[in-house]
Formats: sequence, C-alpha cells, structure tokens
Amino acid sequence: MSTRARKKAAHFDPLHIGWPLWVVSASAIFFLIAPVLLLIPMSLGSAEIIEFPPSKIGLDQYRKFFNHPAWQTAVVNSLSVAGMTSILSTILGLLASLALVWGRFKGKGFINAVIISPMIVPLIVLALAFYISLAKVGLLGTKFGLVLAYTPLTLPFSVLPISATLRGFDRSLEHAALNLGANRFQTFTKITFPIIRPGVLTGAIFAFMIAFDEVVIALFICGTDAVTLPKKMWDVIRYEIEPMLPAISTLLLLLAALILVLTGVLQRRIARRMTPR
Amino acid sequence: MKDLPIHAIADKSAPRSFWRRPATQQFLLVVPALAALVLLFVYPISSVLLRSLFSPELTFKHYIYFFKTPLYTRVLWITFQISLLSTLSALVVGYPVAYVLRRARPGIRNIFLLAITLSFMISLLVRNYSWIIVLQRNGVLNSILDYFGLIESPMKLLHNRFGVMVGMTHIFVPYIIFPIYSVMMGMDLNLEKAAQNLGATKWQTFWRVTFPLSLPGIGAGALLVFIMALGFFITPALLGGRKDQMLSNLIQIQVVDLLNWPFASAMSVILLIVTLVVFAIYNRYLGVERLWGGVKT
Repeated sequence: MSTRARKKAAHFDPLHIGWPLWVVSASAIFFLIAPVLLLIPMSLGSAEIIEFPPSKIGLDQYRKFFNHPAWQTAVVNSLSVAGMTSILSTILGLLASLALVWGRFKGKGFINAVIISPMIVPLIVLALAFYISLAKVGLLGTKFGLVLAYTPLTLPFSVLPISATLRGFDRSLEHAALNLGANRFQTFTKITFPIIRPGVLTGAIFAFMIAFDEVVIALFICGTDAVTLPKKMWDVIRYEIEPMLPAISTLLLLLAALILVLTGVLQRRIARRMTPR
Repeated sequence: MKDLPIHAIADKSAPRSFWRRPATQQFLLVVPALAALVLLFVYPISSVLLRSLFSPELTFKHYIYFFKTPLYTRVLWITFQISLLSTLSALVVGYPVAYVLRRARPGIRNIFLLAITLSFMISLLVRNYSWIIVLQRNGVLNSILDYFGLIESPMKLLHNRFGVMVGMTHIFVPYIIFPIYSVMMGMDLNLEKAAQNLGATKWQTFWRVTFPLSLPGIGAGALLVFIMALGFFITPALLGGRKDQMLSNLIQIQVVDLLNWPFASAMSVILLIVTLVVFAIYNRYLGVERLWGGVKT
C-alpha cells in the first residue's frame, strides 16, 4: 500500500457523513414533515376558501369547529367508539398475553398466528366482511357495530406492547409475594399489574389511536347514524371545500404529538422497571 | 426457577383434575380473545368467501368474470405496479435516512427520529389531505413555483399517478426506515474500516460491506410495505385519478355504488389471496417475529 492510501485509510471515519448525504437525508425528513406542518399556518386563515398564504389571520376556523353540532357529534362518536374499543381490546389482549408469554400449553404458535392475522388482511376486505355480517344482525350504522369491527383490528396492537413488557418482567417478584402469603389474585393486582401497567397503557393507547383514525371500515359501517370524525373528514375532503379542515388537521396533529410524548414517557417507565435479563 | 409456571410453586399437590391443571388454566386466559376473533374475524371473512362462491349454489362465475374482463385484470396489474413502485420509491427515500441515523450524533439523530415518528403517528387522512393542499392546481407548490416564475401555468400534480406515488411514498417511508435502522444499529462499523484498510474505495465499501449487511432490514421493510400497498385504499381514492384506482377502490365501488356484493366478495378473496401469498414469502424468508416483534413460541 502506498503511503497516501495508508494515510487515507487511517483517517477514514465510518461515522463521517458527506454533505451530499446530509442534503439527501434532510430533504427526506423535510418531505416527511413539512406538508403536515404547513397545515398549521393554513388553519389560521379566516377566508371562506383555503388559500396560501392565508390573507386574514385568526382563530375563526377553530371557533367554527367547536360550535358546529355535526362535527361535535362526530368527535364524540369517535371518542366513545375508540374508547370502548381500547378497553375491550386491552382486556382481551392482557389476558391473552399473560397466557401466551408465561403459559405452557400446546398450540401457542397457532394462537399467535390467529391473533396477528387481522394485521395482514387488507382493510377493505375486513370492511366488506363486517358490512356483510353486521347487516345480518342489524348492527350497521351503530357505534356498537364499529366497536365489534375494531376489536380484532386493534387486538394485535395491544398484545404487542403488553407481551413485550411481560417478557421483561422479573417473575421472582411474584414468587416472593406468594411465599409471603399473598394469594394469586393479590399477587397479580398488587405486584404484577402495577409493574406492567405502562406496557398495558401503551397497548391501550395504540388501540385507541387505530380505532380513532380508522376510515376504510368506517366508510362501510357508519351509515348516517354513527358518523365518526374520520368518516366525516373523508366526506368533506372528497366532495366539498371546507375551510375548517386545516384547523381540524392541526388539532389531530397536536393529538399525535401528545400521544408521542405520552408513549415516550411510558417507554421510559417500562425501561426503568424492567430488570435486565 | 424464574420460568416455572407460578402455580407449580403455589400448589405442589401432585395429580390434578383437568380443570385444575396449570396448562388448562393458562389456556382459559386466551379463550376470550380467541372467541372474539372467531366471532369477529374468522366468521366475517368466511362469509365473504361463501358469498363469492354461492349464489345460492356453488359457482365460480364471479372469478371467471374477473379474470376474463380486461378492465379488472388491468386493475390487478395497476395494483401490482403501484405497490412495487411505491415500495421502491420509499426505499430510495428511506435508506439514506437510515444510513445517516446510524452515524449521526445523538442530538441530530433524536431530531430526525422525532420527525419520523411524528409523521408516522399523524392521522392517515391528515397526511393525505396535506398533499391535496400542497399539490392541487392552486396549491402551495404551484403557488411557490409561480411566484418565482418557474412555470407558465399550474402543473397537474394531483389526481394522477404522480399524486398517488407521492402520497403512498410519504406514508411508507417510516415503515422502511425503522427496520433498516434497527439492522444498521447492530452492524459493526469496524468492518467498514477494515474494508478501507484493505484498499477499498468508499463506493466499494458501501456496495460490498454496508449494503449487503443491511439487506435483512431492506427485505423486512420492503415486504411489509409491499403487503400494505397491495390493499391500499385511501391514497388512490383521494390523490389518484380514474386510471390509478387499485383493487381496493374497485371493491368499494362495487359495494357502495353498484351493490354487487358477490362480485365484490370475489374481488376481496382475490386481493386476500394475493396478500397472503406475499406474506407467506415474507414469513418463509424473514420470519413473522420481525413484524410481530413479540411473542416467541
């Protein structure tokens, strides 16, 4: 090797990032985040049309949104459907995770596959499936029908963080509690559950977010009586020009940021509580 | 000791009846979830399958009609095309980001990760809507280009293939970045140093060391995205034109506008089978755990 080549190799730093790479990756990040952030200034326009840049600045669109009965109904519907789905899916998911992570019985692999499978089935197929079967029992256009449809959809997403937390849980704590005379129920409620709670809450939040944002199944099932926020937004995006939309989008952006902070805090808590194995 | 079933320690009395056995009690915990899935997932999907095959006696006419009508085979082809292209473009956008994330200082890395995660968490509808605002005729992009005198008349960026590709790439990029980034975090950068010491140029180092080592991440991300893309509905409907409608969109039209449930069911079964075949490939080569991240068996 020549002296020059050796010098070059000695100076080579794998952590070095050349400027073209910085430009490319920063542009990719800009591409990911800029269009969404753009909705914030757009939401402050007061005109009846959506314009860029907005000519009059104000909070009119937000005021209109919060005083609009139809939109408020949609928000309430979405909150209650997502809330109920999250509770149902978290309870089912917690029980299933306890069995699948700690249990010893035949067919665990198969049961795992069944629980994960709604993740793979295209939403439109699920939507048609629920449309046909909910029509049979007269639950089309009801919030209960939506909850039933969202439960299998959200189940994998609540099982995922819960079982991850369970796998990091040190079971000798349970053995200690049992040795000290606690019964199995007390051990679960006083020892196990408080420690795995951040993981359970993470699962509940995931389930809530998926149900809160779901639109494809909603299009088929909402009808006119159980219109959720995404369904109403869809109709408006598709068929009219609605100057409130950037404001609504900004509120959803804030919700995503809030969830991000919340799951971040929970992740930190999980990491602190888990003993390294 | 730690992994012993808890009941084995709590109660050591030897032979127990079926209902008192730990395995039975553990299995009972998973029964509610299984019952819910049978009732709310297996049964509805089977009714789609039955609806596509029986009307009321067994017939394959809907499937035959699908594959004999050029319109539908073309849509199947378009679905593949859009899925493949959007997967590739998400790879092209996402790979450099994952590469930089591996090497950046923690400060910049955290800013990047925050932006990616936030974008990932925002409502799908909002993300698609933001592209309508940017790409429409009198939208942000056309306004900016016009302001700088770069275009004579507004460009058509929406309701065509370009709009669909932009929207889908935007949604898929985080799904590409995360698996590649996690594979890269496990990569020993000294291998790159060794390659350079042995006289490799920067490009040789990348193509013969870094890139092959990141292939598992690329494969996992790309297959996941491709599976998602096959069944995509929102973006083609909102950002695409008439020629960019995918199988999902046709199913919706059949159900909502034409009320042709049996044919919609047949199309759903075709879409489901295509998705399952791709998933089987994924599972064969990469293992479900990558997607699952969770319960090992």
